[in-house]
Amino acid sequence: MSTAESEIRAQAAKPVPRQSSGKQSAFWRYLWFHRHLYLMLAPALLFYLVFHYIPMYGAVVAFKDFSITKGILGSDWAGLKHFNYLFSQDKFWEVIGNTVVISLYRLVFGFPTPLVVALLLNEVRVKLFKRTVQTVIYLPHFISWVILGGLLINLLSTDNGVINNMIKSFGGAPVGFMSDEAYFRGTLVVSMIWKEFGWNTIIYMAALAGINPQLYEAAVIDGAGRWQRLLHVTLPLIRSTVVLLLILRLGGIMEAGFEQIFVLYHPGVYSVADIIDTYVYRIGLTEGRFSMAAAVGLFKSLINFALLVLANRLARMMGEKGVY
Amino acid sequence: MHRTGTAGKLFDAFNFAILALLAVITLYPFWDTLIVSVIPLDEYLGASIHLFPKSLTFGAYRYLFSMKELWTSYGVTIFVTVAGTALSMLLTVMAAYALSQRQLKGGRVIMFLLVFTMMFSGGIIPTYLVVKNLGLMNTVWALIIPSAVNTYNLIVMRNFFFTLPEGLIDAARIDGCHDWGVLFKIVVPLSMPAISTITLFYAVSRWNEFFNAIFFISDKNLWPLQLFLRSMLFENESSYSGGGDSLFLLGPSIKMATVMAATIPVMLVYPFFQKYFASGVMIGGVKE
Repeated sequence: MSTAESEIRAQAAKPVPRQSSGKQSAFWRYLWFHRHLYLMLAPALLFYLVFHYIPMYGAVVAFKDFSITKGILGSDWAGLKHFNYLFSQDKFWEVIGNTVVISLYRLVFGFPTPLVVALLLNEVRVKLFKRTVQTVIYLPHFISWVILGGLLINLLSTDNGVINNMIKSFGGAPVGFMSDEAYFRGTLVVSMIWKEFGWNTIIYMAALAGINPQLYEAAVIDGAGRWQRLLHVTLPLIRSTVVLLLILRLGGIMEAGFEQIFVLYHPGVYSVADIIDTYVYRIGLTEGRFSMAAAVGLFKSLINFALLVLANRLARMMGEKGVY
Repeated sequence: MHRTGTAGKLFDAFNFAILALLAVITLYPFWDTLIVSVIPLDEYLGASIHLFPKSLTFGAYRYLFSMKELWTSYGVTIFVTVAGTALSMLLTVMAAYALSQRQLKGGRVIMFLLVFTMMFSGGIIPTYLVVKNLGLMNTVWALIIPSAVNTYNLIVMRNFFFTLPEGLIDAARIDGCHDWGVLFKIVVPLSMPAISTITLFYAVSRWNEFFNAIFFISDKNLWPLQLFLRSMLFENESSYSGGGDSLFLLGPSIKMATVMAATIPVMLVYPFFQKYFASGVMIGGVKE
């Protein structure tokens, strides 16, 4: 909890002086006095209402037979028909499986990487070098997947890509990183890590910068080497940051990266790369089966929400604060 | 800290090498793409690894810049970036400021409602139906309005406002400043690091706008840059007609030139903003 929040709590806890002129008019007076603040808030609230809360209500099309002409309200209820149909489809489970597998790969290989890099950066005492490396590794985060798709085509092409040229010069056969089912997921995960590892060090760097240097000085006086300082000072102090990020990642396990996969995949690799979001896109927008697509999307949202709550519980049990 | 023996020096050297390698691995794909876009086809086919161009040709760029579609999509993207970022910043800064005022009743409830949208969403299909019902399909606004406010950015902004000295705002109020005056004359000028960072986040995500375009735009005249790039990269049968060289002769260089045309503007803007990242702005997002 930030200091700001505790102050809010303190504010809220204060007894409010009773207004003699009745609650109603006091409330309006309050509103009128702060009308400008509420005006500032209004456009953003309208946005959240229209683009977040109405769609939450709109998710009921998953339980209806949606027809464009009748609209969401006018369409007939269908109960769990779409869900029952989906759960009986092998394709649906394949898509769920792909999503989870790709996500877990990304978690297992992608989660530790920024932490390790941040710890390495933290050991660098040459300021200029440190800043330069940071600037460079943050960059890909700001580059779109379409552009990176172009870079990957260039690097990994079987005709004349640099990587395959190297493989060939060592006498190997060219590898279809983008076209072969066996390699496609690896390409996805590695390129995702390549894009985001640098940016993800930021939060760790911020946490590391917040560590009191006197703790290290005390450790040195006690005769701690570099390794012991890492084990006994650094890691315990950034533990909560790590746990927090892990919770958030677990809450997004059903997000395997729509944009990246949408740009890179093709029917040849659907069996290993078709994820929930791409599947929703195809059945919803290319086949026009809105209710079915909405059912898949809602299923995904519910799983995500449940995972987030679960991860948060676990974190609290471990004595950490959690996300909320 | 200051006693470094042989092992320490060895570690430092090793660490230096690893980090330098990471930087090279990050930059090399961009470099290689740039090279491919400016070397003639025979050089591309002849060498297995091209670290430096032997000869330069700008045929690919000439062809690219002669394409009407490129300029149309540039126009859409530039409009979306400028107008979209301005709208996003206005909404985000106003809402974050209001929510950072401790005396605001209902602030905590509203904050919860905003954060809840990060945890749960109705999914893309209901959103699609909302955009459709609002009549935004195939308009440039479909690329701007549905992602007007990013909750994460709003939280970072609000947390930054919390760090400003309260006395300052109170003093301004006593001097007869109303909320708008306080916000635009005092709070905004003091929050430039955070505002710059969040502006960059919004601007880059607008420049890279792809998701909304895929869902809401079918009219080629409204394609943003990323969709144009995608069609150049992944559609084999190109229906485009440029001037001068034939597409076939340009081979991969035309594709890579398009990639560069989309990348270079981001690369040019990025260094001006990145100095703010480390300034603690980011920490705000982790709390809460």
